[in-house]
Amino acid sequence: MSEEMFPEPEWLSEEVKTGTTIIAVTFDGGVVLGSDSRVSAGEAVVNRVMNKLSPLHDKIYCALSGSAADAQTIAEIVNYQLDVHSIEVEDDPLVCSAATLVKNISYKYKEELSAHLIVAGWDRKKGGQVYATLSGLLTSQPFAIGGSGSFYINGFVDAEYRKNMTKRECQEFVVNALTLAMGRDGSSGGVAYVVTIDKDGAEEKCVLGNELPKFFDE
Amino acid sequence: MATVSVCQYHRGGFSFENCKRNALLEADINKLGLSSPAARKTGTTICGLVYKDGVVLGADTRATEGMVVADKNCSKIHYISPNVYCCGAGTAADTEMTTQIISSNLELHSLSTGRPPRVATANRMLKQMLFRYQGYIGAALVLGGVDCNGPHLYSIYPHGSTDKLPYVTMGSGSLAAMAVFEDRYRPNMEEEEAKRLVRDAIAAGIFNDLGSGSNIDLCVITKGKVDYLRPHDMANKKGVREEKIYGHPVTGNYRYKHGTTGVLTKTVTPLNLEVVEESVQTMDTS
Repeated sequence: MSEEMFPEPEWLSEEVKTGTTIIAVTFDGGVVLGSDSRVSAGEAVVNRVMNKLSPLHDKIYCALSGSAADAQTIAEIVNYQLDVHSIEVEDDPLVCSAATLVKNISYKYKEELSAHLIVAGWDRKKGGQVYATLSGLLTSQPFAIGGSGSFYINGFVDAEYRKNMTKRECQEFVVNALTLAMGRDGSSGGVAYVVTIDKDGAEEKCVLGNELPKFFDE
Repeated sequence: MATVSVCQYHRGGFSFENCKRNALLEADINKLGLSSPAARKTGTTICGLVYKDGVVLGADTRATEGMVVADKNCSKIHYISPNVYCCGAGTAADTEMTTQIISSNLELHSLSTGRPPRVATANRMLKQMLFRYQGYIGAALVLGGVDCNGPHLYSIYPHGSTDKLPYVTMGSGSLAAMAVFEDRYRPNMEEEEAKRLVRDAIAAGIFNDLGSGSNIDLCVITKGKVDYLRPHDMANKKGVREEKIYGHPVTGNYRYKHGTTGVLTKTVTPLNLEVVEESVQTMDTS
């Protein structure tokens, strides 16, 4: 009788990953962030309603992807560092500062960590901005996508993004992108979380599965 | 900044001291031709849910060592603080020691702040410790309790990620238990219904997963009161051997009374034997 008689299911010792779709888009006056809600450990889904849009400050959010533990830890550490920083400068922090803090951790522990965070928010100096911090780079972009589901929508976002969208159009764009990615990527699914940040603050919204737009589905 | 804690590690990153020691021990043992003992795991079903007045945590009681049941009635619901308890799955030693360390630290913290501890604090301490060890501490935990902000329930994974949810399951039987929860969970249940649901979820794990078994322990935490029900339900009672059958004692006794078998006929045949030779041999009794 081998020891594999009742083997422990692999996903028990598998690292918990957020195989994910995350997206952040700027519009005139702010940013819109979106994410799916599925967290998997191997083959099993361990949390089907996780909100991957994590607040770093009042008007700065980050979107988590990759290893759940690494991403959550980075977000919590940067949240703390931003709090200290904003007290020291006696003002709201810049989105660039938040992104730089995330980039510093991602770059320094590049070999050990496997998480990708997209930082987006609004500040007084430059308005709405989106920063990608993959593997420790830091670049400001009009929009950014990340996670395993993002590969399926690269073409869609390239074709459909337009400069100077309104807030409403931007939210629709984000929800459509998420829906398409969740439809094709096995590791993304659940509900869609959308956060809109502008000068008045951050507004969180959850779009349930049956409220998502329907695309060609036969 | 001084931290009030029992153990002083904390120099950033993780300490591989014990890994070096283990590797040396492993090499020594292998030289002798023996194999080092397998870690005792609690292949387990643990779960928790939030109901109207608080939190109900449930666990099975089987601890396995490879394929043998090492402990038929182990306690998997650990005390963290008077209002916070934690169920543990994975390596039994890891869950035991981790919860004890955090329980100590939480008590010191609570004395330092002068307030009863919060569930979120315990969650932070646990996740930061587990992340520091990068998944090498095999402890998967369900943490639940009631504090000044109401009832809270967290699931904590060995690598250090946590989820805050209204119902969670962990362990090898977690899929079976989650199936029961997904079918019957409703927000704001009453206490009896919540206890029944948790009991049924653990039972699903016990009967459908080889790594879980024996009894069901429950822990009901409300504001100001904790009911630690151990055992709440003995799902697998060992059968009792019959003492007597038809008035005859039965316990492994195979002597039958005289007259049990009726005698039908009796024949006596004398054997006529001639004495041929007779010799005497003395025994050597010196």
